[in-house]
Amino acid sequence: MNGYLSIRNLTVRLKGGGTILRDVSLNVAAGQVHGLMGESGAGKSMIGKAVLGTLPRALDITSGQIWLDGVDLQTLPPAERRNRIGALAALIPQDPLTALNPSRRIGPQITRRLVDILGWKRQDAAKRALELLNEVHIPDAPRVMRSYPHELSGGMRQRILIASAFAAEPKLIIADEPTTALDVTVQKQILHLISEMQARHDTALLFVTHDLGVMSKVCDTLSVLYAGKVVEEANMPRFFMRPIHPYSAALLAATPTYTDPTSSLTPVPQTVVDQVEREVMEHDLRTAS
Amino acid sequence: MYKVRDLKLSLPDMAHKPLIGATPRIEILKGLSFDVPKGAVLGIVGGSGSGKSTLGRAMLRLLAPTGGSICFDGTDITHLSEDQLRGMRQRFQMIFQDPMSSLNPRRRVGGIIAAPLQVQRLDGIPTRIDEALDMVGLPREFAQRYPHELSGGQRQRVGIARAIALRPDFILADEIVSGLDVSSQAQVLNLLGKLVRDLGLTLAFISHDLSVIRRLCDRVLVLHLGEIVEEGATVSLFEAPQAPYTRELLSAIPLPDPHQTWD
Amino acid sequence: MRDLRGDVKRTLGLRLWLSGGWLTILALAALCAPLLAPKDPLMQDLFLGRMPPFWMDGAEPGYLLGTDSLGRDVLSRILYGARLALIVALVAGTLTCFVGATLGLIAGYYRGWPDRIISRFVDIWMAFPPVLFAILLIAVMGPGLLSIIIAIVIIDWTRFARVIRAEAMTQGAMDYVASAQVSGQTRFSTMLTEILPNVLPTIVVLLTLEMGIAVIVEAILSFVNLSISTDSPTWGGMISEGRTSVHQAWWVLVFPLITLFLTVLSFSQLGEGLKDRFDPVLR
Repeated sequence: MNGYLSIRNLTVRLKGGGTILRDVSLNVAAGQVHGLMGESGAGKSMIGKAVLGTLPRALDITSGQIWLDGVDLQTLPPAERRNRIGALAALIPQDPLTALNPSRRIGPQITRRLVDILGWKRQDAAKRALELLNEVHIPDAPRVMRSYPHELSGGMRQRILIASAFAAEPKLIIADEPTTALDVTVQKQILHLISEMQARHDTALLFVTHDLGVMSKVCDTLSVLYAGKVVEEANMPRFFMRPIHPYSAALLAATPTYTDPTSSLTPVPQTVVDQVEREVMEHDLRTAS
Repeated sequence: MYKVRDLKLSLPDMAHKPLIGATPRIEILKGLSFDVPKGAVLGIVGGSGSGKSTLGRAMLRLLAPTGGSICFDGTDITHLSEDQLRGMRQRFQMIFQDPMSSLNPRRRVGGIIAAPLQVQRLDGIPTRIDEALDMVGLPREFAQRYPHELSGGQRQRVGIARAIALRPDFILADEIVSGLDVSSQAQVLNLLGKLVRDLGLTLAFISHDLSVIRRLCDRVLVLHLGEIVEEGATVSLFEAPQAPYTRELLSAIPLPDPHQTWD
Repeated sequence: MRDLRGDVKRTLGLRLWLSGGWLTILALAALCAPLLAPKDPLMQDLFLGRMPPFWMDGAEPGYLLGTDSLGRDVLSRILYGARLALIVALVAGTLTCFVGATLGLIAGYYRGWPDRIISRFVDIWMAFPPVLFAILLIAVMGPGLLSIIIAIVIIDWTRFARVIRAEAMTQGAMDYVASAQVSGQTRFSTMLTEILPNVLPTIVVLLTLEMGIAVIVEAILSFVNLSISTDSPTWGGMISEGRTSVHQAWWVLVFPLITLFLTVLSFSQLGEGLKDRFDPVLR
C-alpha cells in the first residue's frame, strides 16, 4: 500500500512471556532511506530480523503485518515466504568478520545466492560478481575473488558484504549497524558507498544504528525506538531541529559533538526514562485487555 | 608524570613464523617521544593499527619496549623486572575496553575490586570497596553481584572502581566507552572527569572517537601507523589541525547534523 | 532471554538428579555389598546353574537376577563388581585429571619454555600407541588394581593436557588477567585466582567423563582377563562369561552390560549437570 516495505502493528514476544517489539509500524518507500535509532536492547535489530524471517527461535510474531511489495509476508506459507524474501530483500550485516565464511574464497560467497537461490549459471554469476566488486571500488577484483576473508582488511570485507547484498538487485536492503566495527575514516567511505549504491539502484533501505551522527548522513527519515516501541517518527531535518519526544531530545543531548565543547554531556535524565517507561507500561496494559 | 623518549616496540610476526630460525618482527611503535604532565588529561587517538593500545600497554609495562625509554615520575621503568615493578604498580593503573573480558565472570564484584588491594597488601579493604563503589555511583549491594548481572555501563564503572580503589597517581583508560550506549557513555565520561578532579589523577585516555576526546582531554596525541603525527593542546588541535591525518580524522566524523558538509 | 534460561534449567535439574541418583545408589551398593548381596558372589552351585531372573518361569527364589553357568548369583556379583568399577573410576579418573590438567594449565598460561617442553612431551607421548603401552605395563607389573590405574593414567592424561592448555591460553588473553598483572600479582597467584576458576567447569566435565572412561577401560581389561588377578567378580569378566551362554542365559550378559552402560552414562551426565548447576555464569 504505502511503501515498498510497510510494517503494521508488529508485535514480537518471547515464547515464555516478555515483549520485544510493541506495535511497531513504519513505511519505507522505494528509494527511501529510513533509519531505526535506539540504544542497545531497544529492538531495532529485531525489526530487521522479523522482516527477513531470521528471528531467533525463542521469539514469535504474535500480531501485525509485514507487507513487502504489496504482499503480506505473514500470509504466505514458509517456503514461499523464504523465496520471496530471498528474491526481494538482502542484509548488510554488522560484523564483516563473522559474516563471511573464513574457509571459503570470496568469489563463491558472493555468487552463492545467485547460483543456488536464483538459478543463475556459474559464469554469469561470476561476471556479475566482478561487476559488483568494481562498483564498490575494490581494486584488482579478480584477485580479491580468489582471496580468503582473513587476507583482506575490515573495510574491504564490508565492501564485499555490500556488493553481496546488491548482487540480486534487491528492492529492499536492511543494513544492521554496518559501520560499528569500522574505523572512523573507513566508516565515512562505507557510508558514502552505501548511499551511492542505494541511489543508483533505487533501493529501499532500512538502516539500523545507535549513532545519531551516522544516521544524519544517510537517512531521510527515522524512527526512534525504546523497549521495542516507536517513540517518535520524523524526517531528518525536523528531527534535529525540533525533536518532539523528550527521549529523542535526551539522546541528542547525550551525543558528544566536537564542534561544541562547551555543552555538557548529559546522560538521559531519569525523568525522561521514567516517562518513556510509563508509556511502555500503559501500552502493555492497553493491549493486554 | 611520564617522560617517554623514542619508544620502540616490536612483536614477533606469528603469521610468518619460519620453521627454523628467528621469527620476523613487526614494528608497532616506531620511536615515540612525548611527556605527560602531572594532572593532565591526555587523549591518545588513532585508527586501528595505529598502535595506541600497544602504547598504553607499554606505558603500563604490560609489554616490554624493544627500544627507547619510559620514565614514570622520575624512575626509569623501561627494563625493570616484574619483581622490581611490583612495589610501584599501585601508582599506575588501567581501565580496559571490553567490560565483558575485563571482569572475571566467576568472581563477584566485591572480589574483583578487592583483588588488586589484596595483592598490594593494603588494609581496610572492605571500606575501600565501599568507597570505590560510592565514588563511581554504584550501590554498595552490587559488591555481591556477578558481572553478568550488570549492564555494560555498570560493568565499566566496576572497572573504574577497581582502578581507583588503589588510589593511583596515573590511570590509563583504553577505549572504555567504545562499546557503550550514548547515554552510558555520557555517564562514564562525566564520572571520569569528576574523578580526575576529586582525586587529582593524571589520565591518559585512548580512543578512536575525537568527539569524546574533545569532551574530556586537555592535550591530544594523534597516532598513525606507530608514529606521532601531531601533538598539542586540544583546543588548538581541533581549531587548527596541522597534520593531514588529523584533518582527515576530523573531517570523517559524522556530526548529528544533517546539514554538515561531509564529503 | 531469561525465559530461555528457565527452560534450560528445568531439564538440567533432572539430569543432575538422575545421574547423581544412580551413582549414589551404586556407591552405596558397592560400599554395603557384603550386607546387601543376597548370596556369596563366589559361591558356586552347579545344580543351580543358569537359573533365570525372578519374573521368569523356573526361577530359583533368592537369586533375583538369575545365576550364571556356575550357579553364582548374578545380582551379588554385580554388586561386588561395582566396588572395583567405582574404585578405578574415582582413583584413576582423579589422578589422570590431576596430572593432565596441571600440565595443561601450566603450559597454556605460562607459554614460553614450559609450554614448549610440555607440548613436545604430549606430542611424543601421543605418538606411542597407548593401548600397547598399557598392555606392556600390565605384562611387566603383573595384573592388579595398581596396574589398571596406572595404565589408565598413562593412556588418557594427554586428553586433559591438550584441552586444558587450550582453555588456559584463551583465559590468559582475557583483560582480567592483564588487570591482575597491572595490580602486581604474581603469575602463579594469577593462575590460581583468575585462570583456574574459569577453567574449572571444563575440568569437572572432563573429570567425570574420564571416570566413565576408566570404568570402560577396566571392563575391557577384565573382559580380556588382564584385570585383577583374583576371582573377584568384575563387570567385564561377567560380560565375557555371559557371551558364551547368551542363548541359554541371556541375563548373565545383559544385566552387567546394562549396569555398565548406566554407570558410564551417569558419569558423563553428572559432569554436565554439575557444571551447569554450580557455574555462576549460567545462573
